[in-house]
Amino acid sequence: MTKVSVAKVDSAPTDELVVLKSVNKHFGALHVLQDIDLTIGRGEVVVVIGPSGSGKSTLCRTINRLETIDSGTITIDGKPLPQEGKELARLRADVGMVFQSFNLFAHKTVLENVMLGQVKVRKTDKKTAAEKARSLLDRVGVGTQADKYPAQLSGGQQQRVAIARALAMGPKVMLFDEPTSALDPEMINEVLEVMQQLAREGMTMVVVTHEMGFARSAANRVVFMADGRIVEQATPDQFFSNPRSDRAKDFLSKILHH
Amino acid sequence: MFDFLEGYDLLGAFWVTVKLTLLSAVGSLIWGTVLAAMRVGPVPLMRGFGTAYVNIVRNIPLTVIILFASLGLNQTLNVTLGGGDDFDVINFRLAVLGLIVYTSAFVCEAIRSGINTVPVGQAEAARAIGLNFFQVLRLVVLPQAFRSVIGPLANVLIALTKNTTVAAAIGVAEAATLMKEMIENEAQLILISAVFAFGFVVLTLPVGLVLGWVSKKVAVKR
Repeated sequence: MTKVSVAKVDSAPTDELVVLKSVNKHFGALHVLQDIDLTIGRGEVVVVIGPSGSGKSTLCRTINRLETIDSGTITIDGKPLPQEGKELARLRADVGMVFQSFNLFAHKTVLENVMLGQVKVRKTDKKTAAEKARSLLDRVGVGTQADKYPAQLSGGQQQRVAIARALAMGPKVMLFDEPTSALDPEMINEVLEVMQQLAREGMTMVVVTHEMGFARSAANRVVFMADGRIVEQATPDQFFSNPRSDRAKDFLSKILHH
Repeated sequence: MFDFLEGYDLLGAFWVTVKLTLLSAVGSLIWGTVLAAMRVGPVPLMRGFGTAYVNIVRNIPLTVIILFASLGLNQTLNVTLGGGDDFDVINFRLAVLGLIVYTSAFVCEAIRSGINTVPVGQAEAARAIGLNFFQVLRLVVLPQAFRSVIGPLANVLIALTKNTTVAAAIGVAEAATLMKEMIENEAQLILISAVFAFGFVVLTLPVGLVLGWVSKKVAVKR
């Protein structure tokens, strides 16, 4: 496999927020991340695509250490990712994460879901936290569902609550791990629209997705992964109209032709 | 027909049973939860301790544990648990201690199985917003785990209620002690057994029914 090294494609942000350097990880015999180097600038929207099993979800999860790495370094805003403990918890509060399966706290109402981190981690008083939670829920369009339990909401609504829950912490960067893959088709757009809006507002985002439309319209940069390596990085225009690697050409030919 | 009951403090004896049960239940719920937290925790030493505790304690007969509390702790090591010279108080407290030590192993395993029913994504999401290990456990995982194990915990509580009879072995004046005394003094053996059997059913049947209802009521919808 040829590893295409790309000088930083993106023009605007130079301030490095997330830096991965020669990151390696194994799941048993499987070398799931192989010498990953990736830099994400402040305000940049990076979309990670690639075939199943290419390591893109794992990559996303290493950034807030939900997956540990075997070697290499990850720094966030200049600070290396700490070991398990208080420091790590503090760092995770600055890194928002949205999961494929939403993972809203099933025993808490929507409002409580969005308040929990503010109250317990940020030590915000309950009243302020509730106000912020309500305004975030309004912003993602589920303000009227605040007192329901997650199981009473549709998938699209749950995922938007999950985005609000992550935003409530005031994160420096948001990680999206296939946020629309578990959704019924008619609910995908309502989630993507919220993400588009976030991107426009300048949030730094790492998005693992199969939504090529979102990649085209919202990404500053597309990172293409296959077999545990970053095979190609380019602007969406370059990547979709003129992919350089054979692996990416092959991948695109399979997904774009219908 | 029930003349033989005269002169015996049946209610008093069952009240001691109830007190033994309640105190041991609260104690083993707390200690059992701590043990379960150890068993799912990140510290290998604690995990090892929790596993060893459960596997040793649940395989020792309760009678042996209670007798050890009396003969070992009290008579050999002079542990009185603040009971002074009052043997009734000391034995009662030793019995509660023994019951907690024993029952908590079962509570721990019930709670641990409850923790296993909570999808791993719940804990991941909790960690992802910056909660530490204890907060994840206390705020997200345990509340959901408890709701799913109320049924199994009711079983443990019923078993505990009946296990309090073992306290008779060290002379605590609970129901079984009184039953033995009555059997020695009276002729109506079958009736005496029936009365005590009935007494225990009266204690435990509502526990099962009420907790079964609670369990349905608080179940987490996914």
